[in-house]
Amino acid sequence: MKTVDLTISSVRDLNQALHEQSRSVSEKSWTVTNPKGSHNLAVGLDANIDVDIQGHAGYFCAGMNKEANVTVHGNVGQGVAENMMSGVVRVKGDASQAAGATAHGGLLVIEGNAGARCGISMKGVDIVVKGSIGHMSCFMGQSGSLVVCGDAGEALGDSLYEVHIYVKGEVKSLGADCIEKEMRPEHVTELKGLLEKAGVDDNPLEFKRYGSARQLYTFKVDNASAY
Amino acid sequence: MSKDTNISLKESATFDRATMAEIRRAADTGIYDIRGFGAKRKLPHFDDLLFLGASMSRYPLEGYRETCNTSVVLGDRFAKKPIKIDIPVTIAGMSFGALSANAKEALGRGASIAGTSTTTGDGGMTPEERGQSEKLVYQYLPSRYGMNPDDLRKADAIEIVLGQGAKPGGGGMLLGQKITDRVAQMRNLPKGIDQRSACRHPDWTGPDDLAIKIQELREITDWQVPIYIKIGATRTYYDVKLAVKAGADVIVVDGMQGGTAATQDVFIEHVGIPTMAAIPQAVQALQEMGMHRKVQLIVSGGIRNGADVAKCMALGADAVAIGTAALVALGCNDPKWEEDYEAIGSAAGFYDDYQEGKDPAGISTQDPELSKRLDPVAAGHRLANYLRVLTLEAQTLARACGKNDLRNLEPEDLVALNVEAAAMARVPLAGTNWIPGQQY
Repeated sequence: MKTVDLTISSVRDLNQALHEQSRSVSEKSWTVTNPKGSHNLAVGLDANIDVDIQGHAGYFCAGMNKEANVTVHGNVGQGVAENMMSGVVRVKGDASQAAGATAHGGLLVIEGNAGARCGISMKGVDIVVKGSIGHMSCFMGQSGSLVVCGDAGEALGDSLYEVHIYVKGEVKSLGADCIEKEMRPEHVTELKGLLEKAGVDDNPLEFKRYGSARQLYTFKVDNASAY
Repeated sequence: MSKDTNISLKESATFDRATMAEIRRAADTGIYDIRGFGAKRKLPHFDDLLFLGASMSRYPLEGYRETCNTSVVLGDRFAKKPIKIDIPVTIAGMSFGALSANAKEALGRGASIAGTSTTTGDGGMTPEERGQSEKLVYQYLPSRYGMNPDDLRKADAIEIVLGQGAKPGGGGMLLGQKITDRVAQMRNLPKGIDQRSACRHPDWTGPDDLAIKIQELREITDWQVPIYIKIGATRTYYDVKLAVKAGADVIVVDGMQGGTAATQDVFIEHVGIPTMAAIPQAVQALQEMGMHRKVQLIVSGGIRNGADVAKCMALGADAVAIGTAALVALGCNDPKWEEDYEAIGSAAGFYDDYQEGKDPAGISTQDPELSKRLDPVAAGHRLANYLRVLTLEAQTLARACGKNDLRNLEPEDLVALNVEAAAMARVPLAGTNWIPGQQY
């Protein structure tokens, strides 16, 4: 196991070393100590490696991740796992706003709460939040799944495309064109799988499903008041 | 007696026929007019400026013998691999989706022949474009359609788009008729929907956040490639200062004459400032920060000929970008398709309904049959020819002003034909020493 102490090494040193694993993996397990909220930790990874960040991380932690398993033993700042393509990013604490923004694939697990705009413009990622999420989450969400074991803030799923949203707790309000939908057996199966992958033992039957009403997909005069 | 010969008929300047037609259209449909192209209203522009050629007090260069450098290095502030372009005219960002794959390929071919760069758009990077573009700038837009780290690393530069001149403060738009299977797949959207892109980036909100975002992109690409910031020209002085502070290598300022694939007509015609007015603001900001020529300035919006190129550079730009003019060079609005334009209710030279995807020239369309009309090899050569002419014309003017490098042109080489242009470009009214707003 390789340890990188950020009181000695720079973020640049860390990311360069992690990027070099994309050619061939010489070190499978990495531990990052003393992150102290640094921004851009473990961004642009492209290898099946494990990265443990022992503390809090700043903005864009694990941004554009491919294949890697990144675990943050603390809180993360804005845009964790933004534009992730594959792999797993797990946050043991809370996440600031725009968690998983525009992510195309992989799994993002937030064991605490997530702030506003969680899953904004998500494009295929699966996001599981054990706690609650803030307002405008899943805004313009295109595809993938968002699972919330706690509550959701205002305007959930505004201008939604095809993301599957599952919420166990209260939803303060739904955004434009987002509606509650029937929880059919295939959705229970999908949710069960997501919860298992995330290591959450909640009962899928206690969740409600939300999705797009598909009424705002095209310009219609009658919809002008929806915005 | 017709309205053209009956001089007693007086058309209202306020409610002219075009205005009344738009009122009727709005009343019929209940929705704003959406179109492509750029501002069509008359604006103060580079035609309102003239060069002061050399005579007794200045020494010209031999027009056909002495060299006049046109190459520019872009992005050497932080990037390990800055871009060197042979001519100071680049191709602006235009998306696959808005344009056909053949059109994107042609842009890449033409730019590569001429030794300059081309730019992706709001739809990701296509293999055709990457394959034919020697130097390709990858746009990083609010929608992040098709954005992925592999393409990011294939790019020769990254352009973070905060806005464009045709619609500063607005997001992209691609109507359902152009969302084909391939476009839908690249953008991860349902086929056939009206796609309206976000106008704000999803994961950062202000200039301090942007500085961290730039660092992220540099980290992902190991600080190899330059990072541009593109802004629509509005509060240009302040925006340029913030962009430099955020860490940009290159600033792209797009004036309101800049084109678009689709947006509201009211947006195109009523938001932003003319390109000519934006350049001095940008240059002032750079100069005050001691960053002029260190952070390069690319300007775009209504560049049509070598005189426009030279005037932009005289005002302090390091290079220009063209979009609409490049499409015209490929064949957009070509009279050879006149019958087809008329069949869809337009005319060659007037066609701007790019959003409908029915472009007879095969450029702003995803229709496979129409797309075939554009031969990417031949169109690429046409674009390369046009780029050569722009460069030759700009060199001609620079030599006449005694300059052996296009970037040696300066505001002192220019005068304005009217007060508005003098005030915006900050050069004297012709025949005077008067620059409005400045003491003399």
